[in-house]
Amino acid sequence: MTGLLPAHEQDWYEASARERIAGLLDPGSFVEVLGPEQRAMSPHLAQFDLTGAFDDGLVVGRGLLDGKAVLIAAQEGRFLGGAFGEVHGAKLVGLLRAARDGAKEGGPQSVLLLLDTGGVRLQEANVGELAISEIIRAIVEARIAGIAVIALVGGRSGAFGGGGIVTACCSRIVVSEHARISVSGPEVIETNKGVEEFDSKDRALVWRVTGGRTRRLTGGADRYVKGRVQDFRDAAIALVEKAPPLTIATLQAEQRRLAERLRLYGDAKDAPEIWEKAGLSDPTHMADLTDDQFLALPMPKEADHDAR
Amino acid sequence: MTLDDLIASMFPAGHAVKRGLRSTVHGAGRLEDGTEVALIGIVDRTPLTIDAAIEVAGYVLSVIEKGGTTPILVLVDTASQNMARRDELLGLNEYLAHLSKCLTLAALEGHRTIGILYGHAAAGALIATALSTQVLVALPDAEPSVMDLPSISRVTKLPLDKLTELAKSTPVFAPGLEPLFAVGAVTVRWDATKPLAAQLLTVLQAPLAQHDPRDAIGLERKGRLLAAPIAARVAMEANAHG
Amino acid sequence: MEKIEVRGTAKRRVPGTSLRAITGVSASGNLEVLVERVMPDRECMVEVTTAVAGFGDIWRAVIEEFFERGAPGGLRFSINDGGARPDTVTLRLMQGVRLMETTK
Repeated sequence: MTGLLPAHEQDWYEASARERIAGLLDPGSFVEVLGPEQRAMSPHLAQFDLTGAFDDGLVVGRGLLDGKAVLIAAQEGRFLGGAFGEVHGAKLVGLLRAARDGAKEGGPQSVLLLLDTGGVRLQEANVGELAISEIIRAIVEARIAGIAVIALVGGRSGAFGGGGIVTACCSRIVVSEHARISVSGPEVIETNKGVEEFDSKDRALVWRVTGGRTRRLTGGADRYVKGRVQDFRDAAIALVEKAPPLTIATLQAEQRRLAERLRLYGDAKDAPEIWEKAGLSDPTHMADLTDDQFLALPMPKEADHDAR
Repeated sequence: MTLDDLIASMFPAGHAVKRGLRSTVHGAGRLEDGTEVALIGIVDRTPLTIDAAIEVAGYVLSVIEKGGTTPILVLVDTASQNMARRDELLGLNEYLAHLSKCLTLAALEGHRTIGILYGHAAAGALIATALSTQVLVALPDAEPSVMDLPSISRVTKLPLDKLTELAKSTPVFAPGLEPLFAVGAVTVRWDATKPLAAQLLTVLQAPLAQHDPRDAIGLERKGRLLAAPIAARVAMEANAHG
Repeated sequence: MEKIEVRGTAKRRVPGTSLRAITGVSASGNLEVLVERVMPDRECMVEVTTAVAGFGDIWRAVIEEFFERGAPGGLRFSINDGGARPDTVTLRLMQGVRLMETTK
């Protein structure tokens, strides 16, 4: 807790899960469910000599976003890398089921997912993995019921492993420059396939392959924002209103979109090859642009779509 | 069990399965009463690439597009997701999510989806294939895993022999069919010494839960005690207007 | 995993109406403190769960010093520790008291 800046002025990357929620929602509107005082903690960590967290690294509840009721979940990326364990995962499953069940009963019409995760918590690998599968099913059911599920990514742990898959199941995705989204982490690929395949120490490479700018330009994210909590708030307010529904037509369109990406860029091994084919000027200096310069770029046509 | 033996044993009345480009399969099997079942899969213990994922998703969509309620069998013998810079650069997370969404939507459209795990499946590939079905059947030689014990040992800094010992008392982290059955990920185990056609019929005729039953199954099997009550409690309290 | 519990007596109840607060994070070199107004006005308590065993005496010394500066009556502090240094512990405890002094 820095305590120096008002919640909405804080830097998303540096802020804690609770600080992000405080600045994202209307001031004072957040009501936590199964909060830390309930001590719903992981029973599996002690055998690994790890201290638990009172909320198991996930804060869930409801509140107001620009006056409208929303459900919200935020992962604490500094607790075990924001990884999905049994309790952590079940809290999110419950929240999404609440959204689904409340959709036609006058409940909140959107869910905000503040993802900040390395993926499955290996100390709880099986129950974490299964939780991710349940989360995906719950997101699909909620979206079909008409709920907008908005992913916000820009924390220190990114959205890796199952967290990357969960992100791409949401209606809309907001990223900052810090947002790294992928399935296998760079270290995992390097360990398994060698440093020639992926040098995880090469930070610029990691950012080009997994970072928020790459995701935005290829249509893997719908909004790119500067790093303040307020920027994420503005994007969330704009996006909850026009989230695409999840229908067969949506998935047919996604099938065409992803097939087209393969056709256009399928032989690329690094991001500048994609930017060049997409017709962006000066493709090798994407990382050097300021946020304002990046936001002023003309986006390739595949960047904006309702096919998710 | 080989893929051919598996399909032959499930569909003695007939089947036609084609190979796709990237160790994928698609086709149909016929039940004794003439009902058709769609067959889709990733086979040969192949890592799930973006190319294979979109191919399999295309098969799923084509079944949905035909209408009706043809059941979909998803045959699974994959590795993990393909670990390559190129796949990640192009958004592997989106391709896996797309496949998972297609299978999940197919079920909600009335196609009973049944995963048939007869080989390997790990990590993200397990999520996008076998775990994206309503009912997951495992053959005795199925080898599902989230992460292998040596990798868990490396990350958790716990010696391998201690992990192996711990795995005997809890199903929460160790790879393999038994633990994934105990936590509720695998719905039913088949007996490979008996004809599979009858066992398939049982699965096709069993009543389906309206919503995801896996947390309740894990609780019943005492392999995952907290997920069901925690999810239920959050679901109830999040909707309470206060 | 080691558990340490230290109780103190207080001259006064910590003002404010907050019932609970949480600060910090359970992570390596850090700790989270959950503060709850659940004790009698003249009592306070700190319960620590730590992954780093063998530092019980240091914990007791740090907590008793914190109590001596003005024991926070009515409060229970529950700590999940990931191996924080003593100065971080004191800082978090003080942050916890400050959060409880705000009125909700």
